[in-house]
Amino acid sequence: MSTPLSTPKIRIRGLHKAFGSKIVLDGVDLDVEAGTSMVIIGGSGSGKSVLLRCILGLIEPDAGSIEIDGENLLTASRSRQDALRRQIGMLFQNAALFDSMSVGENVAFGIRAKHSDRSGAPPSRAQALQMAGDLLKQVGLDPSVGDLSPSELSGGMQKRVGLARAIAGNPNIMFFDEPTTGLDPIMGAVIDGLIVDCVQKLGSTAIAITHDMASAQRIGNRAAMLYRGQLIWQGDASELMNSGNAMVDQFTHGRREGPITMELRK
Amino acid sequence: MNAVLDPIAALGRAALGLIKQAGALALFALEALSHLVRPPFYWRIFFSSLIETGFFSLPVVALTALFSGAVIALQSYVGFGQYHIQSAIAGIVVLAVTRELGPVLAGLMVAGRVGAAMSAQIGTMRVTDQIDALTTLSTDPMKYLVTPRLLAGTLALPCLVLVADILGVMGGFTVSVAKLGFSPSTYITATLDSLKTMDVVVGLVKAAVFGFLIALLGCYNGYNSRGGAEGVGSATTAAVVGASILLLLFDYLLTDLFFSQ
Repeated sequence: MSTPLSTPKIRIRGLHKAFGSKIVLDGVDLDVEAGTSMVIIGGSGSGKSVLLRCILGLIEPDAGSIEIDGENLLTASRSRQDALRRQIGMLFQNAALFDSMSVGENVAFGIRAKHSDRSGAPPSRAQALQMAGDLLKQVGLDPSVGDLSPSELSGGMQKRVGLARAIAGNPNIMFFDEPTTGLDPIMGAVIDGLIVDCVQKLGSTAIAITHDMASAQRIGNRAAMLYRGQLIWQGDASELMNSGNAMVDQFTHGRREGPITMELRK
Repeated sequence: MNAVLDPIAALGRAALGLIKQAGALALFALEALSHLVRPPFYWRIFFSSLIETGFFSLPVVALTALFSGAVIALQSYVGFGQYHIQSAIAGIVVLAVTRELGPVLAGLMVAGRVGAAMSAQIGTMRVTDQIDALTTLSTDPMKYLVTPRLLAGTLALPCLVLVADILGVMGGFTVSVAKLGFSPSTYITATLDSLKTMDVVVGLVKAAVFGFLIALLGCYNGYNSRGGAEGVGSATTAAVVGASILLLLFDYLLTDLFFSQ
């Protein structure tokens, strides 16, 4: 096993998280090199979303370390944690658009929130709305969509708006939580294409979690599989469908028979 | 043995649960209040909550106060008739409305209307990841969602109660003059004689406390809701029931504090 020459953009060591007696993350170790798009696959309840939420600070892990650019998030001061996490843009599974705001205001919110943190003076609302129009264009939406409310958009359009909001602060780390869930295959491919474009354009490091193998191969250049709270395999995304690992192969090919057993709740 | 101990254990668990909830609510309130003195303050959310709580609750509070004043006048007339002291009706109406009915009824109406809405709105944001999205956009959800609503609730309810006081007295006046045959000038004179600044001020203080509690329970239950639509529904119910009970409890405590001497 070779040692990376540079500090990974994200380094996770021994991450543990349990909810009551249920262990969700059981000593996860993961390195994500700068500029890499890492795809994490795994069954429902395997801990993928919890892992992302721990990095984002939405859930506090029980033990372990999470480093960004070599700095441990969990032991840093609150203000330093905030500064480190400001580098992260997140696209939620259901886009999580604010339904009390218009589409344009959603994107403008991302612009004002992130820019105010960096320069101290956020752009005015009018300026932010204008910038939001440009971002909507960037994700393939007409700027006039900005006047609509999120509930008037299709699932695919909501994902695009969520992506526009996520990239509003020019993040150098991006997280994608099941970006193609609920979308038809064509729209899934379109969203994946947009994600790849945005990540490349920003030069970001990305982590995506997904069940969708086609999406995983389109988005990622590295891949890992979580099973029962542990990373059981890491490799190139191109090896996903032929990893040589029995569990990964069963999962990626959707076979009922194999070492992975489905737990049914009694 | 178990038949004796089980109920005691259940009672103990319930008491511990209640203490835990009270502690969590107090910490939630303290954290929200701490954001009042730490910029930025979200004025747009504050003004929007102020209008939602104050202005849009005006019709329901006004009607409640008007009819309550009228009912008190009517009931007092019947009751006092037995002792031939119907002339005390104006004083009773103004006392009841300014000290109790104005703040309590306005509070209960606002708890049902605004407390439920706050809980449902914040609860929906919780279960649809909108609150997590706020965090990822470098925005503290407590500062953005809770603090402006607490301040708006605390300031809006006294304004509503002032209107309720006036309309409650007007309700009593209308029934007394139009139905019970009182002279308008006599009634107004008796009302003014019975009107005490202290009663009105204490009513407004109560209203501010009630407004804070309603917003606090609405935000707290919404913020901690879990499990989709059912969780939001439960949070909304808990917000209204909890606010109503706390409101009556604090009404007693404040009445005891100000009027027991």
